[in-house]
Amino acid sequence: MEKRESGKTESFYPKIIAFCCYYCAYSAADLAGSLRLQYPPAVRMIEQPCSGKVDIRLLLQAFEDGADGVYVAGCMEGDCHFLKGNIRAKKRVNAAKKILDKVGVGGERLEMFNLSGSMGPRFAEIANEMTERILRLGPNPLNTARAERATKGEEGDPK
Amino acid sequence: MAEEKSKLQSLFEQGEFAVTCEIGPPKNAQGDGIRKHTEHLKPFVDAVNLTDNQTAIVRLSSIGAGVHVLAAGGEPIIQMTTRDRNRIALQSDLLGAYSLGVRNVLCLSGDHQTFGNHQEAKNVYDLDSIQLIKTVKDMREAKVFQSGEVIKQGEPRFFIGAVANPFADPFEFRVLRLEKKIRAGAQFIQTQCIFDMERFEAFMDLARKRGLHQQAYIMAGVMPIKSAKAAKYMQKNVSGMLVPDGIVEKMSKAEDQPAEGVKLCIEQIKHLRTIPGVRGVHIMAVAWEEIVPEIVKGAGLLPRP
Amino acid sequence: MIVAEAKTLEEILESLQGMSKVLVVGCGGCVSVCLAGGEKETGILASTLRMKRELMGDPLETVEETLTRQCDPEYVQQLAKKLEGIDCILSLACGVGVQFLAEQFPQTWVVPALNTLFAGATMEHGLWEERCGLCGECVLARTGGVCPVIRCAKSLLNGPCGGSQNGKCEVKPNECAWQLIYNRMSELGRVELLLEVAGAKDWSKSRDGGPRKMVREDVKIDG
Repeated sequence: MEKRESGKTESFYPKIIAFCCYYCAYSAADLAGSLRLQYPPAVRMIEQPCSGKVDIRLLLQAFEDGADGVYVAGCMEGDCHFLKGNIRAKKRVNAAKKILDKVGVGGERLEMFNLSGSMGPRFAEIANEMTERILRLGPNPLNTARAERATKGEEGDPK
Repeated sequence: MAEEKSKLQSLFEQGEFAVTCEIGPPKNAQGDGIRKHTEHLKPFVDAVNLTDNQTAIVRLSSIGAGVHVLAAGGEPIIQMTTRDRNRIALQSDLLGAYSLGVRNVLCLSGDHQTFGNHQEAKNVYDLDSIQLIKTVKDMREAKVFQSGEVIKQGEPRFFIGAVANPFADPFEFRVLRLEKKIRAGAQFIQTQCIFDMERFEAFMDLARKRGLHQQAYIMAGVMPIKSAKAAKYMQKNVSGMLVPDGIVEKMSKAEDQPAEGVKLCIEQIKHLRTIPGVRGVHIMAVAWEEIVPEIVKGAGLLPRP
Repeated sequence: MIVAEAKTLEEILESLQGMSKVLVVGCGGCVSVCLAGGEKETGILASTLRMKRELMGDPLETVEETLTRQCDPEYVQQLAKKLEGIDCILSLACGVGVQFLAEQFPQTWVVPALNTLFAGATMEHGLWEERCGLCGECVLARTGGVCPVIRCAKSLLNGPCGGSQNGKCEVKPNECAWQLIYNRMSELGRVELLLEVAGAKDWSKSRDGGPRKMVREDVKIDG
């Protein structure tokens, strides 16, 4: 919340990466589109064959590469096309949250959601929910730190 | 120089029903408490166990405590665990203890250090209790150190004790383990506190079938319980101890719980005396040493020889 | 396999104080199998460290490399060409690998990222248990294939102590190794083997004799 004080937040519009399972969230996004449901353009989707394809490295990399928020959207528990992919994804998301808390990026910037292919409105709702959350949290502190370093005129070559 | 033969051993050989008790050395460098207890207990018991850092809590050493017992005119049984010393230190301490007049040693593995006040300690267990028994016996009979090197003169001639726990598992193996200890050289046995009489009788039955009662002096362990709370604690939290519900119930119902504990203990001793093969009782009144005379008297074990 | 687990982030950060470019080296051997120091864990640790140091205002540059094994010179030498400009190597191998890197690169500071735990087996995904104490003189033939040296908290060789109850060791929540031994011996009808008094163990064959070495002239290539 304090991050809002930086003043830059006025112009802050988040980048959010959504790792979406092909069998549910991705179809739900399609459906949301056909239903002409609005959801924020902050969310960029990456299709996955299963939410279980997502690993911790990928989640951390998204933040290192500048994402302000990340979420993984998989099938309803018990409905995974590959049986337990979504359960594993949940565990990995939880492990990555702990790492993000430890490093200071903040675990609440990362979330796991479950929905089915027919839940177009829920897809839009999740996108809104996550965007609001990240707006409230402000920019990824890594971005802020790198920007500050760059303006200070140091080596300033953010990865 | 002290007498060569243990007084306890002589009593057993004369066919006496022996009575021993236990003194827990203090967590300081003062021996006067041990001497005082010894003087108080001396007319009521034949020998006194000195625990070796029991429950892995640092205390005055069992050998040091044993020397205080000797000084007060008592007969010490020093407990020796293999937890804290390797074979070099164990044998060295055996030589030292014998030179100071100690004649009885009780060999055991000792409580694991995670129970004590130095949980980060490294345990030793170079030898186990049975290997220690064998070592003490070999020093006496074969006059050799554990390595095989000859003890040219002045070998320690200890009366060797071991413990048995009829209440630990696997039950069927407990008698075999007792047999192993006797084979290794144990001459007297002190058991874990007995509360479950039925199980102890089953144990003795098996021991008699294997003739073990004729190969070692088996002393039944008893413990006066001070309160229902203590009984419940032991029932739940002490590994290798079986406290039947009946005892907890009797303690809970009693108006005067310590008196009930003493009464139960006396009843147990009277019953234990009737079991063939039981050659003595070992009274473990931890931190309640002053009650021992009352129990010995109540059980009809006075006067002591 | 050798089972290891990650050190805390705090401890690793402390050992990397003052270093600005670190070679983070994973190992494809045992620690990959126990998910502590393989390629994936190396990537996660490097990323974690970069983010943390960025937010500490002291950015860290990392180079990641996972070797087939860190306990063989031919694999370790592959790192030689990556050392330029490196302040320090952070190894995700067991203690053997860490030392081997230090030996192979005498001019380079090497620190461990893992705590090496034990020689064990995978019981299920995510659960590993110790099975061998590396004592140098195997007693399993006498104990029905269950090792009392490492699985008994007191390494007793002649049967269970008085703390064994309901199959559990007095040191909770472990199983009593001697209960396991007894069960197996009973099932196989060989309880009488346990009546034999096992003599004092020769610990000089274990670590107590000093660091051990094994020489096999028949397989040496040179000399």
